[in-house]
Amino acid sequence: MTGAVTAIEEFDASDLVLREVLRDVLGLSQSRVDAFTADTGLFGHLPELDSMAVAGLLTEIEDRLGVTIEDDEVDGEMLETYGGLLGFVRAKLDE
Amino acid sequence: MIAAWPGPEGDEYALAFDRGRTRRVMVLPALFDEANKLRHFTAEVMRRLDAVGIDTFLPDLPGCNESLAPLEAQTLADWRIAAANAAAHFGATEVLSIRAGALTEPTGLPVWRYAPATGASVLRALLRARVIASKEAGREESREALLEAGRAEGLELAGYRLGPALIRELERAEPSGGAALANIAQGDVGGAGLWLRAEPDHDPAQAQALASLIAGGAPA
Repeated sequence: MTGAVTAIEEFDASDLVLREVLRDVLGLSQSRVDAFTADTGLFGHLPELDSMAVAGLLTEIEDRLGVTIEDDEVDGEMLETYGGLLGFVRAKLDE
Repeated sequence: MIAAWPGPEGDEYALAFDRGRTRRVMVLPALFDEANKLRHFTAEVMRRLDAVGIDTFLPDLPGCNESLAPLEAQTLADWRIAAANAAAHFGATEVLSIRAGALTEPTGLPVWRYAPATGASVLRALLRARVIASKEAGREESREALLEAGRAEGLELAGYRLGPALIRELERAEPSGGAALANIAQGDVGGAGLWLRAEPDHDPAQAQALASLIAGGAPA
């Protein structure tokens, strides 16, 4: 987790895009999403983030970052925290 | 405000702002879960068009919203015919389609097309939601297997029972060309599309922006 926190402080492109997608899906202010840390809880922590919303979230990440996310790559762990999702997205971009 | 129009299986409801004015816009709403996310926005765009002297009609297509017709029996081809009948009934002079509503546009009328969605993208989101929900419930499903079953027998996706013909149409449906067409992208309206929101939300500035674009003239 320490590694993810350090990386978030750098605010790289995938981090910025991911925060934008979460802002748009969750209807949060920019300052709220800017305050997300690696440990901020997502799926299972935010009641409005149901399966349909997660599907929309993943589709939006695909469209904005030009990646393809397979269903079998989607699991509770990667969706549980902001750090988990960011790590997943970065790994996708490195493929 | 509430009007009726003759659908294929009896009267269907419509939300209408009808004061007998020259410009009469039929609104074709987003489909499935996006219809819920955009319901407030859609009605608000209509109110703002009413305020600037433009009539609007939002028909319930068969199987949608308050319609008593079974959704499972509907197809995009049926919806296009129903939309054409509704347009004729209300004397629409133009159409505003929203998201996948573009897939139900009748031919022959000028169209305002807001943030159009392809059938494939709508289907992809619905299938993905189903796979995620199943996984949460401890059932492994695959998009490919679901789609194959859906093509043959229909499929329940996000609470919507879609028939096999509709699934097959959605796989390849793209908005087609209208008589005159104005494409309105989300960037023209500003902010993030409200269909993305996890919970239905509203943004008066977006409704005003879309209404102002439409009030500015006819699609060319």
